Amino acid sequence: MSANLINASLKELAAALAAKRVSAVELATLFLDRIERFNPTYNAFITLDRTRTLAQAADADARRAAGESGPLLGIPLGHKDIFCTEGWLTTCGSKMLANFISPYDATVVARFKQAGAVMLGKLNMDEFAMGSSNETSHFGPVKNPWDANRVPGGSSGGSAAAVAARLAPAVTGTDTGGSIRQPASLCGLTGLKPTYGVVSRYGMIAFASSLDQAGPMAKSAEDCALLLNAMAGFDERDSTSLQREAEDYTRDLAKPLTGLRIGLPQEFFGPGMGDDVRTAVDAALAEYRKLGAVTVDISLPNSALSVPAYYVIAPAEASSNLSRFDGVRYGHRAAEYADLNDMYCKSRAEGFGAEVKRRILIGTYVLSHGYYDAYYLKAQKVRRLIANDFVEAFKRCDVIAGPASPSVAFRFGEKSADPVQMYLSDIYTISTNLAGLPGMSLPCGFGRGGMPVGLQLIGDWLGEGRILNVAHQYQQQTDWHLRMPDDARQGESV
Amino acid sequence: MPLNLDEVRRIARLARIEISGAEAEKNRDQLNGIFGFIEQLQSVDTDGIAPMAHAVDVVQRLRTDAVTETDRRSAFQAIAPETEAGLYLVPKVIE
Repeated sequence: MSANLINASLKELAAALAAKRVSAVELATLFLDRIERFNPTYNAFITLDRTRTLAQAADADARRAAGESGPLLGIPLGHKDIFCTEGWLTTCGSKMLANFISPYDATVVARFKQAGAVMLGKLNMDEFAMGSSNETSHFGPVKNPWDANRVPGGSSGGSAAAVAARLAPAVTGTDTGGSIRQPASLCGLTGLKPTYGVVSRYGMIAFASSLDQAGPMAKSAEDCALLLNAMAGFDERDSTSLQREAEDYTRDLAKPLTGLRIGLPQEFFGPGMGDDVRTAVDAALAEYRKLGAVTVDISLPNSALSVPAYYVIAPAEASSNLSRFDGVRYGHRAAEYADLNDMYCKSRAEGFGAEVKRRILIGTYVLSHGYYDAYYLKAQKVRRLIANDFVEAFKRCDVIAGPASPSVAFRFGEKSADPVQMYLSDIYTISTNLAGLPGMSLPCGFGRGGMPVGLQLIGDWLGEGRILNVAHQYQQQTDWHLRMPDDARQGESV
Repeated sequence: MPLNLDEVRRIARLARIEISGAEAEKNRDQLNGIFGFIEQLQSVDTDGIAPMAHAVDVVQRLRTDAVTETDRRSAFQAIAPETEAGLYLVPKVIE
């Protein structure tokens, strides 16, 4: 029975819970035992609290006994450590917050609690979500379950590795420039970044506020749709939350794809894309044509500018957001200092890692007197051009498809010495954040070294229901999303 | 124009981050690499383009002027580095 539960979809888990074939406590125990056994290898979870997790599970069982039901009641989940969780450590992968126990829950966390989901623990990530390989975490890198010598991607690398190694059925992530889609691609998961404003940012530690968006990471599009139903919704505590009717994201999953127009941006299929990635993506497009979709050649002429524009805008916003870490109200304070200013400077020097400091310096510079117009304002104008490209493109197609990442998972240290090389890992994902559009990655085959390849789907504004449908239909015909690494398989005997 | 060491130190001072001499040198080289890469933005014609400050064009929502939060001072101060009598303590600023 346990092997089925480890690989089961959320729908299957919900059915097993509803039929009392398994209790929430038994299910949480099953995954906690797997975490105990396999997490030392992958370093995906950085905070665990068995007692609290089992108490939450017992509560879910009690709610069910009292007559409650629901698609997530008793389902165990992991949360990226960027989400504030009351009474639990919330570190954001940083020494700065290594001792921070949150006094409140993020809205995303509160909504999952309300739905009866059980939290397995907090997931490792690049420090303050700044990274594409999980090598910037203060708590050590996460290993890719498909090959422990390779990175899981980032910044939601712990989230991706946890699902790939079947340490959790599903998890949360956040995506500022590709931090859900790139690790989903590198670890063989399905992950969705919703339209900006669909999911509340309240209690989600801010990196770049005009770009940050939370989303689900799981084994399938259907699971992501179920999770998004719980995550999405207006929140008065987030001033940029979209005020709109609740939507059922599972509604259109079964819709046939006949006549669907898939736009292929020529810029995404250029020389930067690995041959192995190209082969897998082309095969996925052939599958879509079999399903009745047509492909249309389109252009996003300014997409090459997305990475440089992003590395002005995101660090600018980050330098402002991270100014709150001053060693006064929470977080790390240096042990010795001469005066107040020295306390700020030393606390921040000790609390932040190299990549976070680098981005704060970039942001401080581009916002400083004499450089604001040349960098920040210029980048915001380029951002408009990039967003306009999508408006034009969506006149000719319903969804856009391409690779999520230019290569499969790379090895540790391969890109960490050269920041620009690392930044280019997100070349296909960043434009979506700049435009505020929904995007996802789903497994579409394997490339070099037997590593997973992700297909990216980009939707028009508020089109997450549409791309989930397009992903789900593909997953009805293929089984790439059901493949798992050897360790996860080995776990079946538990 | 590439950044020199003094400029890197000035930026670090603005950002309230202490950096050592070796860190300043490493940052100078890496920041110059990054700004060299960002430089391509300058060649783009953006005449007449309105800057896009946000992913969605939203207007600031106003809430009714009502008390919605409870007093949780002790919970918030429990995680502070140093407090006394309900106040956050910092080094003396005014002599």
